[in-house]
Amino acid sequence: MNLIELKDVAKSFRSGDGPPRTILGGVDFTLADGEIVALLGKSGSGKSTLLRIVAGLVPLDAGRAEYRGRAILGPLSGVAMVFQSFALFPWLTVRQNVELGLEAQGVTPASRRERAGAMLDLIGLSGFGSALPRELSGGMRQRVGIARALVTNPDVLLMDEAFSALDVLTGETLRGDILDLWDGKRIPTRGMLVVSHNIEEAVMMADRIVILSSDPGRVRHEIRIDLPRPRNADTPEVRALVDEVYGLMTARPVPPGAAREAKVDWRLPDADVGRIESVLDLLAGMPFDGRADLPQLSEEAELADEELFPAYEALGLLGLAHVEGGDIALSALGRRYADADQGLRQALFGRQLLKQVPLAAHIHRRLELEAGNTLAEEPFLALLADTLEADQAKRMLEVAIEWGRYGELYEYDYHTGRLKLAGDTSE
Amino acid sequence: MFELFIPGRTGRSFLATTPNRWDWALLPLVLALLALAAYGAMQMTRPFVLGQPTPIVLDPAWLPYYLLRTILRMFSALGCALLFTFVFAVTATRWRAAEKVLVPLLDVLQSVPILGFQAIAIAPFIALFPGNMLGVECAAVFAIVTSQAWNMAFSLYQSMKTIPPELAEAARVFRLSAWQRFWRLELPYAMPALLWNMMMSMSGGWFFLVAAEAISVAGQDIKLPGIGAWIAVAIEQRNGAAIAWAIAAMFAGILLYDQLFFRPLLAWADKFRFEESQGEHAQRSWVLDWGRRSVWIRAFSERMWALLGRTLGWFAAPDDTVAAAPSRPRFSLSPRAVDALLLLLALLGGWRFIVFIHAQVGWGETLRVLGLGCITLVRVMLLIGLASLVWVPLAVWIGLRPVYAQKVQALAQFLAAFPVNLMFPIVVYAIVHLHLNPNLWLSPLMVFGTQWYILFNVVAGASTLPTELRLAADNLGLTGWLKWKRVYLPAVFPSFVTGAITASGGSWNASIVAEYVTWGKTSLVADGLGSYIKQMTDAGDFHRIALGIGVMCVFVMLLNRFFWRRLYLLAEDRSR
Repeated sequence: MNLIELKDVAKSFRSGDGPPRTILGGVDFTLADGEIVALLGKSGSGKSTLLRIVAGLVPLDAGRAEYRGRAILGPLSGVAMVFQSFALFPWLTVRQNVELGLEAQGVTPASRRERAGAMLDLIGLSGFGSALPRELSGGMRQRVGIARALVTNPDVLLMDEAFSALDVLTGETLRGDILDLWDGKRIPTRGMLVVSHNIEEAVMMADRIVILSSDPGRVRHEIRIDLPRPRNADTPEVRALVDEVYGLMTARPVPPGAAREAKVDWRLPDADVGRIESVLDLLAGMPFDGRADLPQLSEEAELADEELFPAYEALGLLGLAHVEGGDIALSALGRRYADADQGLRQALFGRQLLKQVPLAAHIHRRLELEAGNTLAEEPFLALLADTLEADQAKRMLEVAIEWGRYGELYEYDYHTGRLKLAGDTSE
Repeated sequence: MFELFIPGRTGRSFLATTPNRWDWALLPLVLALLALAAYGAMQMTRPFVLGQPTPIVLDPAWLPYYLLRTILRMFSALGCALLFTFVFAVTATRWRAAEKVLVPLLDVLQSVPILGFQAIAIAPFIALFPGNMLGVECAAVFAIVTSQAWNMAFSLYQSMKTIPPELAEAARVFRLSAWQRFWRLELPYAMPALLWNMMMSMSGGWFFLVAAEAISVAGQDIKLPGIGAWIAVAIEQRNGAAIAWAIAAMFAGILLYDQLFFRPLLAWADKFRFEESQGEHAQRSWVLDWGRRSVWIRAFSERMWALLGRTLGWFAAPDDTVAAAPSRPRFSLSPRAVDALLLLLALLGGWRFIVFIHAQVGWGETLRVLGLGCITLVRVMLLIGLASLVWVPLAVWIGLRPVYAQKVQALAQFLAAFPVNLMFPIVVYAIVHLHLNPNLWLSPLMVFGTQWYILFNVVAGASTLPTELRLAADNLGLTGWLKWKRVYLPAVFPSFVTGAITASGGSWNASIVAEYVTWGKTSLVADGLGSYIKQMTDAGDFHRIALGIGVMCVFVMLLNRFFWRRLYLLAEDRSR
């Protein structure tokens, strides 16, 4: 029997007075007995929401969610969760934190103590029982978070980016420890669902990787991994898998080109100029010299993939680089940009904005037409809000403003909320 | 408490411990506190008949007794206020419909001056315990509660609304019951802010102590033994020495409960600080240190926590509720229906209000009271402005020097507790002898107790100014006015607004005391809403009291909504 089964699950959130924003649309998902599944997707793909639906924290709008054949209507005693920011109660000692779930289940104090003690030993925290979480390092804190989840003997363990708040080395150690417990059958857990934004982590852990697309979140790809654990990150099989997943993740859902010409509300990647330029510089420099394997670039940049994807997309959008099949390569313009001085860079940036980014071009043209060359931001927000949710529209205008400022197309006054054509000093 | 002395139930761990020197040092302290509390409580329930004189002896020998009664009263009030706070915050955060009613209601309640509550409450409380002092005690405690409860309730409500989402999710995933959730998550998270507000509330309680203990509502003249009644009698008898004694006793009282109650609590509650920042240094308390060293106290507290821990099991979720039906309320009104109902009630209330004015007090009187309200408004705003001009620069100066900052904060807290009545002799002497205009010169009394909130908050704001920002300013060579304009003033603006809001609210309340000053037979009156309410209270004219209080509520709420709230939002936006 499947542990978790989701059928045609949909979820939307209403932010403020705006129209509901669809996070998940028609997702089918199963977690089989004895399986570790990793959930990947760009930010906004609803992977965290999906996890919370399984945890019974978020109610469904449509579809069915079942745990062992029974509908999930609220948090279940058989499902435990490990949180990204640990979510330890800072006023409780390590032991009290671990006992929390047992206390809620009404386990007697004596048996609670015994089980918590055994779990602390198992997870490598013996001797830390009376410490407060604030006394521990990040890695140790997450150990407490894991112990707290495991002590309730959960059937299903959910991990919400459990290692992303830790440094790379600590994260790898902790991941290895959990996989040891799992593979050694030393915990009664029958299934794990891991949300991650680290592709390598997913490949190292999972029996199956599920990739969600964005807006709304849907299952886009599934990859089965039959390699035995423990896996070595440097073997060709693992490298090939990582590359494959990168390729799938960076594939654009809509091909760029003619289709987007007139579309002012074409979704801009949420990337700031500093990040875009630093990725470009990294790519242009040695050892990459204009062409890089995405995993290697991510390693060199010491940034998570999720933080890099928008920058890749922006480079592609601006015509400075091409992303294809897990690789990124500078265009001729990109090379010129990399060699340019600051003034030329900003001029090029502005030129590319006008050419490639309809929203920036639209704002610029409207300001040119306006007497006094200044306009309130509201009409642009309203225009974007036709097809986007209010918060997204706002964020997108913010991106367009930052890019436009850098490209010296237009300026923006935070206090008045007005846009102004750049280089125009009449006020 | 008695857990300690019942042999049958004392734990093995307790019997096995041998007392150390800290035990012996603490024993008399604990016993003395218990005996005092018992004695004071006994005195509260003495027979009393309405109209019976309640003499207050202005003899320093009696002062400790009066102090004991006052402090007991204030702690009873604090307990009640705490209970109210729990009930309010839980109700308002659990049910959305309740929240819609309760939060604005609290807004109204906190703008009602203490005299208003007293006028309503005194008769029912006396009727509740006929022939006993307890009724009057309850009325006094109730009056103190009304000066303590609101900010505490708001604080807990705010904290419970802002619980970090991941902690709330963890509590749900591990299926904590609502009961566990409150004690394990919500209350601990809210603890630092709540404690802080409790301390503020205690100060607020002192401020209105005279009104609470010397009840002169509607022709009654009851004086409960206590410092507040002592001050009232001293003012009646023009006894300057007694006023000085009262100040000394108050100081002693504040010092006592600060050292024995709040410091230990604050030091203990340090572990509830949510931020992991090491910036502010931890509170220390010698009492807590003693307690922690004493084996008796430790054994006792461990047993107590264990017992309390067992209560957490109450209302625990059943073993497995995998597919339990979602807990939907039986009947659920649609939100729109609730809104419509509220609107209807509001309209009804408004209509009743108009009828009341038309039938009972007349429109002319209402206009006059509105005019008086404007006078008081001008006073409040001018004085807050003046106080800000004086205190903001000083507070910034102090806040940048951590050595002074803590001391000044403790001092400001004491000064905020200082009942303005204690200033009457000096003020009356000055105004009468120098032939000053009371309309002008009584005004400073209004901010006398509340200006400290500005000092206090700005000191706190300035002391959190990042050192790097200051170094950067120095490095850039900013000096003089430029440095103030670009660095200090913007940095303390949000905390200044917070302080000014508190000061403004308090000043309205204080106007009742400050605009109508008596010293023996001499009465000085400044025109304004406060003196109007005070005069009507003395005369027992309930309709006009209601009118005055209603108008004051309206003024305070409009001012909050259209001035302070906007300023607050602006400050929040700028400081992001």
